[in-house]
Amino acid sequence: MSIFVDENTKVVYQGLTGSQGRYYGLLNREYGTQVVAGTNPKKAGEDIEGIPIFATVGDAVAATGANASCIFIPAPGVKAAVMDAAEGGVEFIVVITEGVPAHDEAWFYNRLKRDFPGVQLLGPNCPGIISPGRCNIGITAGHIAKPGGPVGIVSRSGTLTYQALYELQQKGIGVTTCVGIGGDPVPGTTFIDCLERFEADPETKAIMMFGEIGGSAEEEAAAFIQAHVTKPVVSYIAGVTAPPGKKMGHAGAIISGGKGTADAKMDALRAAGVKVGLNPTEAGELMAGIVAGL
Amino acid sequence: MDLFEYQGKLFFSRYGIPISAGEVAFTVDEAVAAAERLGCPVVVKAQVLTGGRGKAGGVKVANSVDEVRTHAGNILGLDIKGHVVGRLWIEQASDIAREYYASFTLDRSAKQHLGMLSAQGGVDIEEVAATDPDAIAKIHVDPVEGLTEARCREWVAAANLDPEAVQGAVDILVKLYEAYVDGDADLCEINPLILTTDGVVKALDAKVTVDANAVFRHPDYEEYDAIQHRDERETAAHDKGLQYVGLDGTVGIIANGAGLAMSTVDIVSQVGGTPANFLDIGGGANADVMAGALEVINNDPKVQSIFINIFGGITKGEEVANGIIAALGRVQIDAPIVIRLDGTNAELGRELLQPHLSETLQMQPTMIEAARTAVALAEGTK
Repeated sequence: MSIFVDENTKVVYQGLTGSQGRYYGLLNREYGTQVVAGTNPKKAGEDIEGIPIFATVGDAVAATGANASCIFIPAPGVKAAVMDAAEGGVEFIVVITEGVPAHDEAWFYNRLKRDFPGVQLLGPNCPGIISPGRCNIGITAGHIAKPGGPVGIVSRSGTLTYQALYELQQKGIGVTTCVGIGGDPVPGTTFIDCLERFEADPETKAIMMFGEIGGSAEEEAAAFIQAHVTKPVVSYIAGVTAPPGKKMGHAGAIISGGKGTADAKMDALRAAGVKVGLNPTEAGELMAGIVAGL
Repeated sequence: MDLFEYQGKLFFSRYGIPISAGEVAFTVDEAVAAAERLGCPVVVKAQVLTGGRGKAGGVKVANSVDEVRTHAGNILGLDIKGHVVGRLWIEQASDIAREYYASFTLDRSAKQHLGMLSAQGGVDIEEVAATDPDAIAKIHVDPVEGLTEARCREWVAAANLDPEAVQGAVDILVKLYEAYVDGDADLCEINPLILTTDGVVKALDAKVTVDANAVFRHPDYEEYDAIQHRDERETAAHDKGLQYVGLDGTVGIIANGAGLAMSTVDIVSQVGGTPANFLDIGGGANADVMAGALEVINNDPKVQSIFINIFGGITKGEEVANGIIAALGRVQIDAPIVIRLDGTNAELGRELLQPHLSETLQMQPTMIEAARTAVALAEGTK
C-alpha cells in the first residue's frame, strides 16, 4: 500500500497551461499518473495534449471525478488556488509553488482545518509525492525510485529526497511512498502526518526521515516516534554547520534565537531510538542494514 | 527582510500606533537641523540591523543642539558588530515610567500567530522567557479568526500591566496585529513599549521583519531589500538571483537544491575542511546559472578549491555536464574544481566531462570522496 495517493488517484493540475505546469503535468502522465484535467478560467474548453482544461477545480471534479489537485500557479495566486481546490471537492492538494507568503500559508492551512477538515494539503514549496509505479504528483524524477517497498520516505528537502530515493534504488531497495513536505514555515503535511500513516501501512516496514535546520518539526517528530512508531526509523538532518540567523535557501531553514539547530534535532531523534546518519549516504547505508535484517 | 528602527516606527505609525516625533538623518548637519525642529532634549539613535546598540554607544540623549552635534559625529561611522552606522534617528526624548514588551510572530509548531506581552520590558525577552516564563502572557491567534478587541483585553489583563496602561496597550496591540498581518511581517516587536510619566503608552523601539516573499503585495518593500546586511559576495550573488550565504572557509560550494547545498557544506566540514559559502543554484544547473555561480565563488579571495555537487533528477546528467563545460568556457576560474555528478544519466554526463579533466578539474563519484578531494586541494596537499 501507499500513503495519500495510489493508482486510483485522479489529479487535476491547476496551472497546467503554464510552462512548469505543462512540463511536469505531462511528465507525470507519462509516468502513469492519472492526469485527468487542468484548470485555467481563460482557457476552459481547450486541452493540453488531450487533457481537458476547465475554469475551476469544481468543474473538473464534476466532469472527470478528480480527487486530487496539483498546483503550479505562481505564488500570488496560490491562496485562491488552494481554496478553489478545496471548494471544488478534492481531498488531496499538492502545492509545488515556492515563494508563497507565510501569512497566506498560515491562513489557508487554518481555513482548511476549520472548513475542510477532510482535505490534506501537501506543501507549499515541495517536490510533491511519489508512490513508485503507481502515482507521481510533482517534480520528482520517477525513474530514480524503485517500486515495491519496504521503505517509506518523508523529507523537507527536494534534492535530498532524490538523493535518498537514488541511493536506495542503487542498493536495490524499493519505496512504498516518498513524500516531500517542503521547506516552508507552515507545511500542510508534517513529518508526524506521514509517520502516522507509514506506521499504519502494512507494506512499509521501515521509515527514512530527512530533516533540516529551523523550527521544531523534527523534535516533535522524535516525540511522536518515541510514543507511537514501532517501525525502525533512519534520519539525516542537513545544516549542522549552518550559521545562526541566515536562511539556508528554504524559507523555513533558519536557526533563530539559538533554536532549530541540527544538533538539537539529532539528539532528540537519537533519544527516540532513531538511527541518525551524518550524511545522506550514511543514512542510506543504515537503511540498507535495516532492510537486510527485515 | 529586517527594517531599521525608524522604518519600523514609520510602518507602525501608518497603522495608528503612537511613536515619538522624530526624523531620520544621514549627516551631522541633518541631525542638528532635525533636533532644532524637534526641540531638545532628543535621543540620537544609531540605525543598524543588529542588537546591542546602547552598549556599543549607539544611543545617546542630547540636552542641547551642541550635544546633538557631538553625539551624531561620534555615532555616524561607528562599527556595531560589523554594522557601520550610516543613518541616525533623532527623536524627542520620553519620560519613561514603565517599560513593557509586546510582539507578534508566527508560531511554526502551532501554525498560528503568537502574541507575547510582558510587564518586564526593555530587556532581552529570551532572558525573561528563560528565567521567568510566567512573566510573559502569550496568546495564539488563528489567522482566519483574527484578533478581537475583547480577546486582546483579556490578554492585556493576563500580563498585569499597570492599570493606567491598559487602555493604551489594548489600542496598540489591536493595531499591531493589524500591521503584522496587513504588512506581511514575520516579526513585529516593540521593546520597550512604554508608559510615560504623563500616562501615554507608545512604542519606544521597533523591530520589524517583513516577508520577502510578499513583496508582490508591497512594492514599497524594495527599499528594505537595499538595506539588508550583506557582504560583497552576498551582494553579488543576490544581484544574480542566487541563494547564497557567505561563510569563512576556503572550499567554495555550488550545489543544486537547498537541502543538498546544506548537506554539502556539512560534509566539507565533516572531512576536516572549511566551507566558504552555501550556494544553491536550484534545480536546473544550466550554463548561465552555473557561470554566474562560478563568478561569485571566483571573486571570493579566500577560496582555494571549488566543489560542484549536482544531483540530476529531471535535469539529466548530460545537460548538467554541458552546462558546466559551457560555464567553464566563459569564466576564468583560478581555483581547482572537483565535480561530483550523480543521478539521472550520470554516466553520460561523466563521459562528457572526461576529456576536460585535468589537475585543476577533477571528478569524484561520491559526495564524500569529492569533499575529501576538494579539502585536500584547498589545503594544497593534493
